[in-house]
Amino acid sequence: MNLTTLFLANWPAIARSLATHIMLVVVSVGLGTITAIPLGIVLTRHRRFAPAVLAVAGMIQTIPGLVMLGFALVLLGIGTVPALAVLTIYSILPILQNTYTGISEVSPAYTDAAKGIGMTAMQVLFKVELPLARETIISGIRISTVYIVSWATLAGMIGAGGMGDWIWTGLATYNTGYILIGAIPSALLAFAFSAALGGLQRLLTPRGLRRQP
Amino acid sequence: MTELLHAMAEHLVIVTLSMAVASLIGVALGVLSYWWHRAGVVIIALAEIIQTIPSLALLALLMIIFGLGDVTLAVALILYAQLPIIRNTTTALNELDSHIIDAARGMGMSRAQRLLKVEIPLSIPMIFGGIKVALVNSLSIAVMGVLIGSGGLGYIVYRGIQQRNMGRILLGAIPVVCIALLFDYLMGKVEVRLSKHTS
Repeated sequence: MNLTTLFLANWPAIARSLATHIMLVVVSVGLGTITAIPLGIVLTRHRRFAPAVLAVAGMIQTIPGLVMLGFALVLLGIGTVPALAVLTIYSILPILQNTYTGISEVSPAYTDAAKGIGMTAMQVLFKVELPLARETIISGIRISTVYIVSWATLAGMIGAGGMGDWIWTGLATYNTGYILIGAIPSALLAFAFSAALGGLQRLLTPRGLRRQP
Repeated sequence: MTELLHAMAEHLVIVTLSMAVASLIGVALGVLSYWWHRAGVVIIALAEIIQTIPSLALLALLMIIFGLGDVTLAVALILYAQLPIIRNTTTALNELDSHIIDAARGMGMSRAQRLLKVEIPLSIPMIFGGIKVALVNSLSIAVMGVLIGSGGLGYIVYRGIQQRNMGRILLGAIPVVCIALLFDYLMGKVEVRLSKHTS
């Protein structure tokens, strides 16, 4: 079947898959972010644990997405919740790493100065460290998001829906049209998320800290 | 057991051969980006775009062109490897001390001689670092090769998933993670040794 006719015949289903895909990404990266940033901050306050935690995080990242989803399928069963669980765990790691690095790289000169003018620990964190680390943290969120858009296509395997469904069906039946319908929008979605977060990163960086191009 | 060893060997052969090809292409493109900055901006932007494409989507798209099998997986791995290799090559070359290059120029070396006798040898540690990142990623991506009819450890993992058999999934997954961590560690050691050599 011609790709245009296939697309026109199926567009409501395609739109639903796209919506599910975006939901998977936004929910898991959202949950990942609100877990990873506090965790990263805690790590900078207890640096002894940092090497071990970051090593474990790095190790989990080498586990292939297919394997993680396989675990989820066997342990938690089919559906959206197992997929979200795996995607959330994955999304934590780059954000955690970048939060830790971003805050650690803030020069002690700034934090000392902040303490010197009488800021409390919380004020130092929210008014000095986090703003200076913001660019690095958002770049962590961006890396996570691009990964998660990719892994969310695999989530079709465990019945969570998304654009991956079309690719899986296409691969199983060797149907080029289905593959294209799944693959092209998921690639475009990844570009869109990456560009949007890149823009956000630039927007949120204080003007004085922006790198001159 | 023989099945596992066979799958491991297959996995390693596909990944290392792909990375050998990817390194040649990546370093060449990295040198091109260094010599010709304007092309470099385009090359790196393209490599970034490729990196962003979801792996299942890229594999499926490549399958349409190259059919089922190892070649398709190899092409995908080579494409994904480009960004770390190109970026590290160009960065290393751009960061070289200009005195050294001036000295080479002053000795009457041609551009090719400078590249092969001075610039590349001094950039080797960082280029190697890029290849390390690419290789470790590839070991993990290669698991998906099973979906497009390629072999390797992904085959064991995928059959485990289909049978809902945790043991089989682990049987395929543990070697992948161990090999990836081992390569990361060993190549990291080599990288440190190389950089001691050049500085």
